[in-house]
Amino acid sequence: MVRTIVLRAPGTNCDVETAFAFQQAGAEVALVHVNQLLRREQRLVDYQIMVIPGGFTYGDDIAAGKVLANELKLKLGEDVMRFFQAGGLILGICNGFQVLVKAGFLPEPNGGSPRLTLTNNDSGRFECRWVHLVVNESSPCVFTKGVERLYIPVAHGEGKVVADPEILPELNVVARYTDERGDTSAGYPHNPNGSVDNIAGICDKSGRIFALMPHPERHIRGTQHPQWTRLGAKQYGDGFKIFQNAVRWAKGL
Amino acid sequence: MQRIEVRLKRHLPDARGEGLVKDIHDLGITSVRSVRVVDIYWLDADLTSEELDLIGRSLLADPVTQEYVIKQSSRDEDETSPSYHTVEVAYNPGVTDPVEDSVLKAIRDLGVEWVRAVKTSKRYLIQGEIDQPQLELICSRLLVNPIIQHVVVGEQFEFPQNPEYRFKREEIDILATDGAELARQFGFSQEEFQAIRDYFRRQGRNPTDVELETLAQTWSEHCVHKTFKGRLTLDGKTMDNLLKSTVMRATKELNKPWCLSVFVDNAGVIDFDGRWALCFKVETHNHPSAVEPYGGAATGIGGVIRDPLGTGLGAKPILNTDVFCFGPPDLPYERLPQGVLHPRRMFKGVRAGVADYANRLGIPTLNGAVLFDERYVANPLVYCGTLGLLPKEVAQRGKQQAGDLVVLVGGRTGRDGIHGVTFASEQLTEESTTTSSSSVQIGNPIVEKKLIDILLQARDRRLYSRITDCGGGGLSSAVGEMAAETGVRVDLEKVPLKYAGLSYTEIWISESQERMVLAVPPEHIEELLELFASEDVEATVIGEFTDDRRLKLFYQGNLVCDLEMEFLHEGRPQLVREAVWQPPQHAEPDFAPPADLGQPLLKILGSWNVCSKEWVIRQYDHEVQGGSVLKPLVGAHNDGPGDAAIVQPILDSAMGVIVANGINPKYADIDPYWMAASAIDEALRQIIAVGGSLNKVALLDNFCWGSTSRPEMLGALVRAAQACYDMSVVYGTPFISGKDSLNNEFEYEGKTISIPHTLLISAIGVMEDVSRAVSMDLKQAGDLIYLVGTTQNELGGSEYFRTCGFIGNRVPKVNPQRAKQLMDNLSAATGKRLVRACHDLSDGGLGVAIAEMAFAGGLGANVQLKSVPLGEPIARDDFILFSESNSRFLVEVAPENKDEFERTMQGTSFALIGEVTDSGILEIYGIKGRKIVALPINELKEAWQRPLRW
Repeated sequence: MVRTIVLRAPGTNCDVETAFAFQQAGAEVALVHVNQLLRREQRLVDYQIMVIPGGFTYGDDIAAGKVLANELKLKLGEDVMRFFQAGGLILGICNGFQVLVKAGFLPEPNGGSPRLTLTNNDSGRFECRWVHLVVNESSPCVFTKGVERLYIPVAHGEGKVVADPEILPELNVVARYTDERGDTSAGYPHNPNGSVDNIAGICDKSGRIFALMPHPERHIRGTQHPQWTRLGAKQYGDGFKIFQNAVRWAKGL
Repeated sequence: MQRIEVRLKRHLPDARGEGLVKDIHDLGITSVRSVRVVDIYWLDADLTSEELDLIGRSLLADPVTQEYVIKQSSRDEDETSPSYHTVEVAYNPGVTDPVEDSVLKAIRDLGVEWVRAVKTSKRYLIQGEIDQPQLELICSRLLVNPIIQHVVVGEQFEFPQNPEYRFKREEIDILATDGAELARQFGFSQEEFQAIRDYFRRQGRNPTDVELETLAQTWSEHCVHKTFKGRLTLDGKTMDNLLKSTVMRATKELNKPWCLSVFVDNAGVIDFDGRWALCFKVETHNHPSAVEPYGGAATGIGGVIRDPLGTGLGAKPILNTDVFCFGPPDLPYERLPQGVLHPRRMFKGVRAGVADYANRLGIPTLNGAVLFDERYVANPLVYCGTLGLLPKEVAQRGKQQAGDLVVLVGGRTGRDGIHGVTFASEQLTEESTTTSSSSVQIGNPIVEKKLIDILLQARDRRLYSRITDCGGGGLSSAVGEMAAETGVRVDLEKVPLKYAGLSYTEIWISESQERMVLAVPPEHIEELLELFASEDVEATVIGEFTDDRRLKLFYQGNLVCDLEMEFLHEGRPQLVREAVWQPPQHAEPDFAPPADLGQPLLKILGSWNVCSKEWVIRQYDHEVQGGSVLKPLVGAHNDGPGDAAIVQPILDSAMGVIVANGINPKYADIDPYWMAASAIDEALRQIIAVGGSLNKVALLDNFCWGSTSRPEMLGALVRAAQACYDMSVVYGTPFISGKDSLNNEFEYEGKTISIPHTLLISAIGVMEDVSRAVSMDLKQAGDLIYLVGTTQNELGGSEYFRTCGFIGNRVPKVNPQRAKQLMDNLSAATGKRLVRACHDLSDGGLGVAIAEMAFAGGLGANVQLKSVPLGEPIARDDFILFSESNSRFLVEVAPENKDEFERTMQGTSFALIGEVTDSGILEIYGIKGRKIVALPINELKEAWQRPLRW
């Protein structure tokens, strides 16, 4: 059985549906509060997949994901690295993306001084809307193998990827915002936040640490699609493949 | 005092600042070129410069986008040039700074232990040629709300010093005075005050301050709904208790077995699927939102979320629905009463306050409405509602035993919201905004989120016997009500405080947010306290339930309150009032029918009430929790106006909940009875339109009214309540809970401005199979368009008459027997999957509904008015097109289902009136066959989207 840990912290709010997506994909899932890791009641090494779900951890005070990132880096940084080095998969969705970047686990773990971040959307607003993504076929990301396109929703106020121009060429971009035809130059609202290079998701070079601003767990069933009453409901939503891929990959561990 | 400033690197655009530039331009000041926002953190500490650097570098400033400065004075060279203006804004002393806790925690995580307190302020760098009065205008209109904020002058920032409180038992002499002044001060009527005096005379002593405060809160309109429970007479007919004679009577007569807990708990509860139950509550937070829109509205949603959480043994909040009423956003400033915030600012503040709270809690906002009327300018209405899910076996209100402990959980107690409920029950005046500051509460959503997470775990372990929320009236109301049948003693000094200096009375009546009260059997207390501590949520034993039916409060061992529960809860003399009702007469509209109805249609689509609310909807997370089946925005481009929302609360079950609202204050200007009937019909129409049925639908009522001390105002209330009864029993849809907010009036220059009589009807319906859901967007060219229901000459209060400058008198009525038959038939048709799209007809009637369906689906339509089923002869095309008769739907049916659909609809009034086309044009033909509307759907959509594209 693939064991998945969905990490909770004060303000995490997508934990239940993220856990559900992993369960549907065949994983055994534990919802674990960050305090349980700090108190050593739970150990990361007992799991194969670690997920930081969406939410507003610690209110997103200071900046989105910042306080949890600080805590993870300073209090649990070694545990996370040990988990990763043992071959574990790490997934950060929305707030989890912000946490992974601000804790320094992405663009590369131990990548030196931070050169990429997420900041306020260009619109200046939190926005909830469905977006089209094109997956980069040459990405090493293990979560997106065999996935070409994704139609899933974003819901965030600080999702704009800003990066030092020098690191852009070496960045492992997994998914980019496009319009419904796959055009990456479509601009707002197709790129909902103004991310550089339309970046919606990135991974490290091993492909095992993956962070995505839009929410794949919100489209695992056909009736979650905003137009299923027009187009008919498929059994699975686009996002489900990401969870299946993760579980399948972790089975091989 | 040490400070660290954080600002965006110069080359990066400042999204917050750009939003402000837009708002400044809206004020008519166009010379402002840019605004940049600097975040300032004030630390009450004596840190070394290395420690400050560490905090700045690795915590407060983002290394890619921001830079930080540690210094006292912090103005850059070019910012001292005359075209730069700086304003620094900080929270007032005593106002909770919502980020303080997390910043302190993060600094401790860095290994820096010696920071005593943190406060934040913001500096705005405004670039542009503006003069002092313009700068002051920007400050007062946009940057500073004096209720909670002030401009920092100079470089000094004071951390408030709170002197220790020294106990002194305060007695109030009511036996010796005539009491008029005291009664006014505490908000008692003469009869109430007399009853209190008689009580204390029997006790042979004067009351303490906290005893009078407790009585004032328990007997306030907000807490006890004395008008609705009053003895009211209208037209010679007396009702002993309005609520029991109308709304509650319907529920009793209907006697539905699936109503599990009605009118007794913090929310009404119905069965969902035999294993789970749903609870639903909608409340208002009007007065606080009027003076501080962001904070007032945030605590409104925060409070209503705690209602399901405090129902039964606790429900998980799974959906929010919000309805707002404001003055028109384009109101000229010269028409704005002194001391009142502009509707645009109220709208933006309320929207942000509710969204920031609800989004953080991870509760999807799937449904709502925004209405506008100039009478809401000083009295906006902020309705927030929450749906909860709980196991059926914990659906009943809990019951504590003597000896169970009183445990206060969640946030700490401060001076927030003191006298909030008495404030809520009073009329606003020009001075309200300056005198009511202590009534405004500041919310901290993360504290509430933590509380929800841990409470549901404690519930599942059955660690407490009863729960209630601490809302309006604070501990006084929560503990006082909980202990009504037992008795209680509370040691007030045990209540954890945000800061020192609170008197025992302040502790007891504070309305600080994010608190709940539990009754915990002593054998579970250790486990409960440990559980709460494991996720850093405070839980404190503050007292014990007794069996003496007395409310006893102690402070450091001193008895400060000793009231009999019976007097507290039953001693209030019943309100006795006369009500009158006189139907108003409005001018009968007199204008020639326009030849082209395209222009009026565009005008109605672009009116504030009808136009797209996408700007609001998108800023709420409507997808979180992963259960949305029918979203607020639907159609080919996800931007059409959906009717009701559908959510699937249990992710691996096909069952759904439909949530809808009905609200038609405009009809109340003609007759509040038909206003109420229309609101009920509208809420139910939406449930039917999305594929639901009337089989298991529950209603909530929420009355917002002017001052019911005036007989005509009360008469209107009685009529509306009567309609609730009359409709509810025929539709078979019981009320399960409700709320009222009276005294929504504003006194200005000697005139009293009362809001329109506003009744919000909120409905939930259980849906067996969400795959039968129907959306309102047209789906397929060649499909048939049916109009179901009867159109009458009912344009009184309509959007069409309003755009022509009239109110009229022929208000839309409801025939509930016919309407129910029609809804049942249509529901059968959607159940058989015969309906491709369905939209109910409401504001703007047939014209607006067909336009919305067309542009939402990206398809054209041809419609013939001569085929529309009429209930009476109507000779005018414009009246048929824009009539707002109730109980009507537009239905799209595939040609192959024509016969089956028509068979299913047998016995109801319906007709085939047109078809879907791929022309992209809406064409409407009049009764004589003349083309009266021919407009591209893009033009219709643009008119509809333009007004609120902010």
